[in-house]
Amino acid sequence: MKARAFSYFRAATIDQALDAHARAGDDARFIAGGQSLVPALSLRLQAPRLLIDITHIDELRGVRREGGYLRIGALTRHCEMLTEASIAESAPLLHVAAPFVAHPAIRNRGTIGGSVALADPASEFPAMTLALDAEIEIVGPSGRRRVKADDFFIDLFETALQPGELIAAIHVPLFRADQRFAFDELARRRGDYALVGCGIMATCQGSRIEDIRISFFSVGNTPTRVKGAERALIGARLDVERIAAAQRALECDLAPPEGDEVPPAMRLHLARVLLGRLLGRLGEGA
Amino acid sequence: MSAPLISLDRPNSYIGRSLPRPNAKRLLAGRGRYVSDLHLPRMLHAAFLRSPHAHAKIVSINTDAARAVEGVHLVATGPDLAKICTPWIGTLDHFKGMTSSPQLPLPLDRVVWSGQAVVAVVAESRAIAEDALELIEVNYEELPVVVDVDGAREVGSPLVNPGSANNVCFRSQLDNGAVDDAFAKASHVVEEEFSFGRHTAVTLEPRAIVADYDPAAGMLTVHHATQTPYQFQDLYSRHYGIPEARVRVIATDIGGSFGMKLHVYHEDMAVVGLSILLGRPVKYVADRIESFVSDIHARDHRVRARMALDARGGILAMDVVDLTAIGAFSTYPRTSVVEGNQVIRLIGAPYCFRNYRATLEVIFQNKVQTSQYRAVGHPIACAVTERLLDMAASKVGLDPFAIRAQNVIADDAYPHTSPTGYRFEALSHQACLKRLHEIMDYDSLRAEQADLRKRGVYRGIGIATFVEITNPSPAFYGVGGARISSQDGAIVSLTPSGEVRCLISVTEQGQGTESIIGQIVADQLGLAQERIKVITGDTEVTPHGGATWACRGAGIGGETALQSARALKRNILEIAALVLQEQPSALDIVDGEVVDASTRNQRMPISEIARIVYFRSDTLPPGTQAQLTVSHHFAPQGYPFAFTNGIQGCLLDVDVETGFVKLLKHFIVEDCGRVINPMLVDEQLRGGIVQGLGAALFEECRYSETGQLVNGSLADYLVPMPMEMPDIVIAHVETPTADTELGAKGVGEAGTAAASACVLNAVNDALAPLGATINSIPITPARVLKALKRF
Ligand SMILES: Cc1cc2nc3c(=O)[nH]c(=O)nc-3n(C[C@H](O)[C@H](O)[C@H](O)COP(=O)(O)OP(=O)(O)OC[C@H]3O[C@@H](n4cnc5c(N)ncnc54)[C@H](O)[C@@H]3O)c2cc1C
Repeated sequence: MKARAFSYFRAATIDQALDAHARAGDDARFIAGGQSLVPALSLRLQAPRLLIDITHIDELRGVRREGGYLRIGALTRHCEMLTEASIAESAPLLHVAAPFVAHPAIRNRGTIGGSVALADPASEFPAMTLALDAEIEIVGPSGRRRVKADDFFIDLFETALQPGELIAAIHVPLFRADQRFAFDELARRRGDYALVGCGIMATCQGSRIEDIRISFFSVGNTPTRVKGAERALIGARLDVERIAAAQRALECDLAPPEGDEVPPAMRLHLARVLLGRLLGRLGEGA
Repeated sequence: MSAPLISLDRPNSYIGRSLPRPNAKRLLAGRGRYVSDLHLPRMLHAAFLRSPHAHAKIVSINTDAARAVEGVHLVATGPDLAKICTPWIGTLDHFKGMTSSPQLPLPLDRVVWSGQAVVAVVAESRAIAEDALELIEVNYEELPVVVDVDGAREVGSPLVNPGSANNVCFRSQLDNGAVDDAFAKASHVVEEEFSFGRHTAVTLEPRAIVADYDPAAGMLTVHHATQTPYQFQDLYSRHYGIPEARVRVIATDIGGSFGMKLHVYHEDMAVVGLSILLGRPVKYVADRIESFVSDIHARDHRVRARMALDARGGILAMDVVDLTAIGAFSTYPRTSVVEGNQVIRLIGAPYCFRNYRATLEVIFQNKVQTSQYRAVGHPIACAVTERLLDMAASKVGLDPFAIRAQNVIADDAYPHTSPTGYRFEALSHQACLKRLHEIMDYDSLRAEQADLRKRGVYRGIGIATFVEITNPSPAFYGVGGARISSQDGAIVSLTPSGEVRCLISVTEQGQGTESIIGQIVADQLGLAQERIKVITGDTEVTPHGGATWACRGAGIGGETALQSARALKRNILEIAALVLQEQPSALDIVDGEVVDASTRNQRMPISEIARIVYFRSDTLPPGTQAQLTVSHHFAPQGYPFAFTNGIQGCLLDVDVETGFVKLLKHFIVEDCGRVINPMLVDEQLRGGIVQGLGAALFEECRYSETGQLVNGSLADYLVPMPMEMPDIVIAHVETPTADTELGAKGVGEAGTAAASACVLNAVNDALAPLGATINSIPITPARVLKALKRF
């Protein structure tokens, strides 16, 4: 299939991009890496009148430390998660998740801003922003604001982002020496969207868990923090019983939807298995 | 005659040598010329509006708005094309009693599967054509849908073809008697019901066609990504009433086919008609989404089978019922019942037993058609037989190797006729079994498996013996009335500068047909391979023949090349003898030089003979008939099929918590008779195995209850990818067929034939200590976890 005809505008600044969007009304889309948008256009699932290319806006680029956070520009590509030293150091969870995102050709173009803006519940990075307690920096016609990841993902492909607003950056709290993390997913083939995936960020004192954030993807309409499981672990040591308690808590934390190939009960089972394995690894590291 | 064929130490001894495909470099360099690369002057583009319903009446179609779009040249519906194209029926006479409704390029009043093309738009560009599609309004009245095979067979089920008595396309029965007796006196009986998912070919290059009708010349040229240009020349000629000589089908570079591009597709027939209506070239390239809902699918069988054995594990009898659902029509011109027919005829094929009974029932349903796809029927027959044999082995207390060794037809017991009536010239099961045992290092694998189990690792080891049908004679299609040739033709010429051009009817889809034909011609003529040019795939240029399907390119095409090269060599030596005043028998050709046959002393280059014949015929004795172009046809004789055989082994781990299967290693010992190019044979085996592994673990066309394909994209339909594929270890046994000088049989389907059976056995082996069994393919995590009762 071929996309419907559209106009194209390459914005040089955020203001130009916002302005072009405002003038086109609802009939415009920002395009970053195009790895989700272009397939949607080609399948005629979307047919906007105007594409606003944001990839030449310098302000959306770059990774730097800024006030206890790592500011990752929205245009940072998936492949840069693997190569950028400051990400490996200060946001290692993104670094370890990146190889699981699609394939090299897609990682060369796909951006973190695009991934978070799209908020595909099966995507790795949106779920990791939750585990990381990251903040999303948004610019729009009404100014600039920062939204906590916890408040950003609202429903299936629905976020705090208003039409015409841009994600400028993702702010990730700097990784500390008393923190541990784990990531893994169960995908039929390497690079596929996972049947279930999970990232964990824990703050420990010795082998005691002071705080933990556990975020699942591919389990519902949004990336999902499992607060029951987190509660079962906070203040405890990671032993077999605690891990089992956390696994049990998933029953209340998660309500996987009816899937075509993966029934809800199976997804829940896989989530339990994955959580058990990740906590086991976290414990070994502790 | 065959022994000298493989003496690799003489010059120009190309048969048996690993040589790279001359084509590969050109294709890698991006210089391939595929149908989709073609831009003809005044060419237009077609797009199709497809049915959203699996079964519905077409009440009305409004195309006014579409016709008004700028750049749109034609909007055609069923009746427009029915005026110029005669209908086709996908039945063959030798399948007694089979039925199928007449088909037309676009439906007149009813759609029978979701995704069926309903309206065609031809426009300046594909994008404009798709814009116009969005403006077409079709009013449908939904009809009851027949989706699953049980529903389709129920009395009172809705009918796929109103007016018929039921949804049965074809029934067939094999019974050579005394099956009930054999079961009654058996010491052991094993029984299982198997299901095999639908899957599809997913070629790298999708279907593509450019039809170019020239009204001034009354000539139709079709550039068509197909395996069988001659078959389509015949069909376009007959269905559009154009004399055969004025229909030219050109099949140039093709990006994979696997049987999928053998069949008549509604869109392709429509595109020919659209070009006739417009008098302009019309192009259509199926996109991936369209491919999933309109390319043929394959498999989709449910088999209930049982096996009776004596106390020591000797097979006494088998009793089989195969139910298969094929979509709304039987495919034209090869039908959709060949797969089922081969399933019931290949079951038990490697083994010595007498009593066999099988029933085949082929059912219509509201899905896209199924038909021949790589290893037609083999994977099903193989999985059923090999799984039952493993079940029997564990009942009797035998190792899987031991029960096979005990039951295979002995290597010295040929010729042999199978209980299903197949005649085997010579197979090598015993030699293959022994070799597989060695290359797997089977005993250490079993020891390692036992160790791993103690540590909670569920490793599985599976093996599967198979028989493959190759080199089909007219017994395959010709006897059923299909105008599908089982012979091939070649025209071989010595050019004025002493090189050779070979035009041959077998075709190239990326597997290296042209390479092996070049090797055979060079070998037989005594020329360097670089001096042979092989030309295929153009009905105006290459002689009529079967082309490439069902594993016949090397066996039949190769023999055609061999015999034509020998004929040309005789003619060359006759002239050389005149010039050199010798007997032709005293001369030979080595490396492009005429030599003394006994001393190998060089006498004259064959380029000199070519020079004399083409430019100085006046210097030859009067009356000399110099024939430096030879045309030659070869039709298989002797056995109706050249059967091949082999055995595969598989090593894998099952993660019993997640249900994931990790393939660790795969093994194959294969006997395709004379190996012409070991590298290409190994590539065929590897590619075939990977396709079989895809079927085993990943590939399945899944449908909703309303007949919608729910995973029709490459994001959802999982093809095997490199990261999940194991290393494949290959070994050969060579039992050439005596029916030809070349001795080659086919190899293209051997890998696919047994790979899934092997995985099925290995997964069951891994799960055995947990008391769980799997009887469905593909083996998905969901099915494994279900079997383990994990959710
Ligand atoms: C074959 C394939 C496999 C894939 N597998 C995976 C996978 O395993 N895991 C995974 O996570 N993803 C996967 N993806 C998706 C990929 O990661 C996408 O690149 C990503 O989701 C979107 O990023 P993008 O920059 O390409 O966005 P685009 O496609 O350009 O845009 C996506 C959407 O986000 C909007 N947008 C983009 N940037 C911004 C911004 N800065 N502010 C506001 N809105 C914005 C666009 O308007 C659009 O609506 C896969 C893609 C393909 C093609």
